[in-house]
Amino acid sequence: MPRALIEDLVDGALRVKAEGLGAVRSRRQALAGRSVVNCFFEPSTRTKTSFELAGKYLGADVVNFQTRGSSLEKGETLEDTVRTLEALALDVLVIRHAVSGVPERLAQAVTIPVINAGDGFHEHPTQGLLDVLTVYEARGRIDGLHLVIVGDILHSRVARSDLWGFLTLGAYVTLVGPPQLLPSAWHHERLRVTPYLADALKEADAVQVLRIQKERQSLAGLPSWEEYRAQWGITRERAEQLGDHVLIMHPGPQNRGVEIDSEVMMRTASQISRQVTNGVAVRMAALSWVLGGADEH
Amino acid sequence: MSTERTTGVRIRGVRVIDPFRDVDSLEEDLGIIDGVFVRADDPELMRFPALDGRGLWLVPRIVDMHVHFREPGQTWKETFHTGCRAAAHGGVTGVAPMPNTTPVIDTPEWVEWEIQRGRDIGLVRVFPIGAVTQQSRGEALAELFRMYQKGARAFSDDGRPVTSSALMRSALSYAATFPAAVINHAEDLSLAAGWCNEGALAQQLGLPGTPEAAEAVMVWRDVILAGLTGGRLHEAHVSSIESLNAIRYAKTQNFRVTAEVTPHHLLLSDEALARWRYDPVTKVNPPLRSAATREALLHAVKAGDIDVIASDHAPHHADEKNLSYAEAPYGISGLETLVAGALTALVDPGLMSPMEVMRRLTAGPHRVLGLTYPGVVPGAAADLTLIDPRQRWRVDPAQFYSKGRNTPLAGMTLVGQAVATMVQGRWTMRDGEVLDEGLSNLH
Ligand SMILES: [Zn+2]
Repeated sequence: MPRALIEDLVDGALRVKAEGLGAVRSRRQALAGRSVVNCFFEPSTRTKTSFELAGKYLGADVVNFQTRGSSLEKGETLEDTVRTLEALALDVLVIRHAVSGVPERLAQAVTIPVINAGDGFHEHPTQGLLDVLTVYEARGRIDGLHLVIVGDILHSRVARSDLWGFLTLGAYVTLVGPPQLLPSAWHHERLRVTPYLADALKEADAVQVLRIQKERQSLAGLPSWEEYRAQWGITRERAEQLGDHVLIMHPGPQNRGVEIDSEVMMRTASQISRQVTNGVAVRMAALSWVLGGADEH
Repeated sequence: MSTERTTGVRIRGVRVIDPFRDVDSLEEDLGIIDGVFVRADDPELMRFPALDGRGLWLVPRIVDMHVHFREPGQTWKETFHTGCRAAAHGGVTGVAPMPNTTPVIDTPEWVEWEIQRGRDIGLVRVFPIGAVTQQSRGEALAELFRMYQKGARAFSDDGRPVTSSALMRSALSYAATFPAAVINHAEDLSLAAGWCNEGALAQQLGLPGTPEAAEAVMVWRDVILAGLTGGRLHEAHVSSIESLNAIRYAKTQNFRVTAEVTPHHLLLSDEALARWRYDPVTKVNPPLRSAATREALLHAVKAGDIDVIASDHAPHHADEKNLSYAEAPYGISGLETLVAGALTALVDPGLMSPMEVMRRLTAGPHRVLGLTYPGVVPGAAADLTLIDPRQRWRVDPAQFYSKGRNTPLAGMTLVGQAVATMVQGRWTMRDGEVLDEGLSNLH
């Protein structure tokens, strides 16, 4: 995503928030008569609800289209899926899929806009935007800040969207986690990749704590959750050593006592609920943007 | 009854590139009567039509020793007939089909069936490869000797590796007594968790990657077992720098180890993902590797570490390749770009001579499969390909005779093209058109 677009969307989200999320609906009905389809090919509660609220606050009709099971089992190709979706004749498709690239391929095949609500290990763009927004609100800038992302980087779409977003806006990013779960081949002058958490936290302005996907971890050969926590968990002790100015974020839902301690969550409760609000705001900005600046008229 | 000689052709002024005899002659005249080469001054030749071969190369007995014809059992992907047509179209006169069909070719009866199918179709010579283990399940050896007696020319569980080192050891030492080679698809399945090469682009796209080590650890194991047993080992579709080191080591030790590469690994790197993005047309096993590895593979062919270029022709139905990157099957339809792909990768940039590249499509596979062929000499079966080395053409899978249109070479310009194919003195392809009317009874 180009810098200008990220800035536009974050600005849009800030405006939405300044007006009050619900206010837009009552005042402008910006997307009245437009329809948004949430196509979630992978179970999700938070993101789906967030898009649903965003659409409704803008006055759009929101349809949820949840499906499970692979297309292979259903004997369906991607083209078949696209035809089904096009037949619904809607204005924008919001797609979440467990396989990287499916939203991109579907977007090439349909004429209406597609928003990627998270695909495989690839990207989760609106999550990246809301994290940018959250840090920007707290610190007033992104340029020159240090973001630390800790967890299973290799299998995280959140890590990728945060990484590209913050790098594009001039931040320094450190990726930290078990070495077998770190990318081996990325190079950027403001990117550092390391297995050593204490080292990484020294300069942190914000820490993004990734959710550990327990079902995947067994494949990566980690000995135990206790061992993960001992090395990479944001424990109470580690959190206390961080200055009060350091933001601790988590995309949720949290595994308490694994990647983050309950006590740390108490400290960051306001932060994490702010992320939820910001999620709705950036999704409202994104929906407005893809529907062609409908809110300007 | 008199045995009047009834069919024949003269080819004039052709450049004969014959790796079987190490002959590269400019502007040669030669003749073919009743399926075999005859002396150019054979008086009977004058009765037959002459073909102007100037500007063309004549290469005898091109064999693609790694193809998947999908029959029996997966005929929506390919059949023996469409596979043979694809071979003729690509300028190929012999094929070695891999046994991972449904059911697996793991009995002498199925080997006979393949040979008979090939003869009935009459377009291309078929050299069956039998399974190493029963149903290729990796648990117990198949009846290798009985399959060999019926015409199996090598053994492989291709599609998957022979994972058990003990079974691999048994297979190598047992097959060496016939003698025949064991062809391994080297892949440590516990390391090979990905759909493409482990590298920056795959990691950015969020596609799980497989490191080169997944292949190389097993190639090294195989090489060590070849040394232990004295068996004949052939490594299929080599795609890693460490595998090349293992093969070089084996050759310095005089182990009986040979290896092949595919044109797609020579022509493309994982940078193809930047063009094709999430289209699984690039999904192939082993995956397209880094640019540095591609370079190393090219130089390994040049250095003689690689004995064979083979297509790993793996056709799939369009609907299967139209699934997500996760669900789509591995494989590239490669028979119709084998010869041109090898020329484009190695001859066009001036890396290798036509003779040395053609050796890896002819004498190389013959040696691995234990086949004898004398080359272009009077009395030898007239199996040949005419190649226009200057023809530049764009790969358009819609023109394929194979049912599989899945290739990331689509749209690429290749240099050099097979313009005619002959098997046993009969044209099987002329100017891109497969001629399978009234062919039968190859012997
Ligand atoms: Zn294979």
